[in-house]
Amino acid sequence: MTAVPLPATAPPQWSPLLGRISLEQLPFLHEPIVAATFAGVVLGGIALVGALTYFRLWGYLWKEWFTSVDHKKIGIMYMILGLVMFMRGFADAIMMRLQQAIAFNGSEGYLNAHHYDQVFTAHGVIMIFFAAMPFVTGLMNYVVPLQIGARDVSFPFLNNFSFWMTTGGAVLVMASLFLGEFGQTGWLAFPPLSGRAYSPGVGVDYYIWSLQVAGVGTTLSGINLIATIIKMRAPGMTLMRMPVFTWTALCTNVLIVASFPVLTAVLVLLSLDRYVGTNFFTNDFGGSPMMYVNMIWIWGHPEVYILILPIFGVFSEVTSTFSGKRLFGYTSMVYATVVITILSYLVWLHHFFTMGSGASVNSFFGITTMIISIPTGAKLFNWLFTMYRGRIRFDLPMMWTVAFMLTFTIGGMTGVLLAVPPADFVLHNSLFLIAHFHNVIIGGVVFGVFAAINYWWPKAFGFKLNQFWGKVSFWCWVPGFWIAFTPLYIMGLMGVTRRTRVFDDPSLQPFFVVALLGAVLIAAGIGAMVLQYGVSIWKREELKDESGDPWHGRTLEWATSSPPPAYNFAFTPIVHDLDAWEDMKRAGVGRPLDGYRPIHMPSNTGAGVILAGISTVLGFGLIWHIWWLAGISFVGLIASAIIHTFNYKRDYHIPAEDVAAVEAQRTAQLERLGQTQGAAA
Amino acid sequence: MSDATHSSAPLPDSIASASLAKLGKFWDLNEHDHPEGHSTMLGFWIYLMSDCLIFAMLFAAFGVLGGNYAAGPGPRELFELPLVALNTSMLLFSSITYGFAMLAMQRGSVSQTQMWLLVTAVFGAAFLSIELYEFANLIHEGATPQRSAFLSAFFTLVGTHGLHVTFGLVWLFTLVVQVSRKGLIQANKRRLMCLSLFWHFLDVVWIGVFTFVYLMGMLR
Repeated sequence: MTAVPLPATAPPQWSPLLGRISLEQLPFLHEPIVAATFAGVVLGGIALVGALTYFRLWGYLWKEWFTSVDHKKIGIMYMILGLVMFMRGFADAIMMRLQQAIAFNGSEGYLNAHHYDQVFTAHGVIMIFFAAMPFVTGLMNYVVPLQIGARDVSFPFLNNFSFWMTTGGAVLVMASLFLGEFGQTGWLAFPPLSGRAYSPGVGVDYYIWSLQVAGVGTTLSGINLIATIIKMRAPGMTLMRMPVFTWTALCTNVLIVASFPVLTAVLVLLSLDRYVGTNFFTNDFGGSPMMYVNMIWIWGHPEVYILILPIFGVFSEVTSTFSGKRLFGYTSMVYATVVITILSYLVWLHHFFTMGSGASVNSFFGITTMIISIPTGAKLFNWLFTMYRGRIRFDLPMMWTVAFMLTFTIGGMTGVLLAVPPADFVLHNSLFLIAHFHNVIIGGVVFGVFAAINYWWPKAFGFKLNQFWGKVSFWCWVPGFWIAFTPLYIMGLMGVTRRTRVFDDPSLQPFFVVALLGAVLIAAGIGAMVLQYGVSIWKREELKDESGDPWHGRTLEWATSSPPPAYNFAFTPIVHDLDAWEDMKRAGVGRPLDGYRPIHMPSNTGAGVILAGISTVLGFGLIWHIWWLAGISFVGLIASAIIHTFNYKRDYHIPAEDVAAVEAQRTAQLERLGQTQGAAA
Repeated sequence: MSDATHSSAPLPDSIASASLAKLGKFWDLNEHDHPEGHSTMLGFWIYLMSDCLIFAMLFAAFGVLGGNYAAGPGPRELFELPLVALNTSMLLFSSITYGFAMLAMQRGSVSQTQMWLLVTAVFGAAFLSIELYEFANLIHEGATPQRSAFLSAFFTLVGTHGLHVTFGLVWLFTLVVQVSRKGLIQANKRRLMCLSLFWHFLDVVWIGVFTFVYLMGMLR
């Protein structure tokens, strides 16, 4: 062991007690940017913990939220996790934009290579796994059981556990900021760069174990939601009467279950290469780095559809609701979703046409990729025809939907362009690709999440979001996106490569400056969004919605109060048509006012927090080669899981009187609004 | 909850009776609870399919790398088919005895269920011991997982299966204890059926391993 301070990429020293942890591994000691961030996080963290302690909120949070198995609360927690990580991912984004805007004319910019490489890796990983995925999972968790008239998901404990595993992964990623380093490999960590020869530090290990811990949660939540949708639909809700969002959720969860194990497997192989010295992806002893690229894209391509499909569902619900019409072409919408689900498995190779698979293989994958634009195009026309002759109300969800249609279509077209192998040979690894996928992910997923938040917020909290700040956010985001990414399209066509830290050609600088301005505008949009939430919570009495149906919705989630009671529906709805709630409203049927029964519900449990917490510690031990910690936590994990199975009392009944009391409040609320009431059953 | 005593104003009779028919059409006024564990078998089956995909990836890796010996030993030099055949029979027997355990469970006999579970565990443990013996021999001969991509893929695929069997055994012993504590209650029956699916699933995967890795390997 040498006493010379090692560069961060050299193999760190190892001690039995602390593994690879040493003072050199604390980047905030020698990097001022990290030091400032660290100080901010520590102060913010102390303030938060202090406030929670001062207002005595720990017990409340533990009992009502952390241990909750209520799908609605878990859904909200996912959304909060997504928002927090979205902020982190955006901080990385604006750091890159600033670096690239100033690193000209001999300037090295303000980020050194080691830091910059971590920033772009962390940005991708965080935005996909810890922002977009929690958003999408959170929406499905919140909305699906309500839309199918169920009281919770099939496996409520598993749902809580899944959430905490996702959070555990996020904790590990965040820890890498202040302890050690993150990967410097790009978001998919291709070997041999990510192998131990070229990435001997802890960066790739952080990458591996944060994704493995979160991946368990994602897979289990996929299984959970499939079982929920198949088994727990209200009577009469045949598959072809399911709301489109539920359909897209079903397809997405099928994709999750059919692709996340692939990611798990490929990361296991990469970890074996790194920890044991096997030769799966090495350059010698018969290993094949390209096998990794194939394998990870077999997960990676379905993944982008995992993100976008439920968002297509959101847009379908929003378009139909705010046009006051049944969705045009429901059946074709369902089939288009299913076709996309299947095709998403047949296109993975388009991510590496340049690998050299030959013309026939490239043609096959090029054509399958282009075919995907057909069902996607069908969806777009369905939305347009839904709007046609509708009474369109341009509330915020609808505004985001229209922005999506315009933006996403262009992103789709550049995607078809990239699907042409010869064109891809020119554009591969260029900023054009970056512009393309941000075009579909921001223009699709992010806009869709904002549409969904504005749409379902009143359901979750009982008051609408402030329109003014929402519109400010909208008008910053949409032009901001185009100002930030149009220069990238142009530069990509000119051949500028991605992930570049310093530029030689000064004529490119104006493009990067414009892109930075776009990013600043997006930052303003995020600021306005935070203000929107703050102002709305502040003025919640003025924005209150007592009806439970503020947008004249069509699906069952609007048939109950806002926020819904713990049991969602006192009586399970019976479905006779698509748009079940619209059907009920037309029939003029109210709610039953009598005859309540005790309702069977799952009990809260701390087991999810405990198991996920131990898994996170296990991941930490493995990352830092602290073998005793990894060993103890592994044994502890198995033991706690077994102990948990000895708990047979996992449910309880809400007494009929309690249900009656909650429902009486609801009746009074509706009477104040003068709405149709039901009758005593 | 503060409004517990509140009751809504009664509706006029005509409206009430008309509404009542509608109400029954749109709300399930006489519903029953979803029985506990109503989705468990489906959910577990979906989990098994996800696990199956992990094996699919390991098989794929073996398919790609299985011929990359890197000038090291290949299957012909390494594999002892009689030993593997013995091993295979251990696992197949354990599947049969697990089947007997399920039959005993259907009959409601706690002691026989436990007895057959333990017999299954003995076969499972025998399988694992033979596998570990085989691994130890290979490593002793210098055919380590690090030696070549072929051996990396071999040890990982076979080892992952062995790891699953190990977890199956831990689960099996847990269930033996739980059955002795609570008897063959519905929850325990459900768990036994899940483990049954898991155990037979591992059997099916092993048949794939035996064919694809060992038999086809000898033909390479």
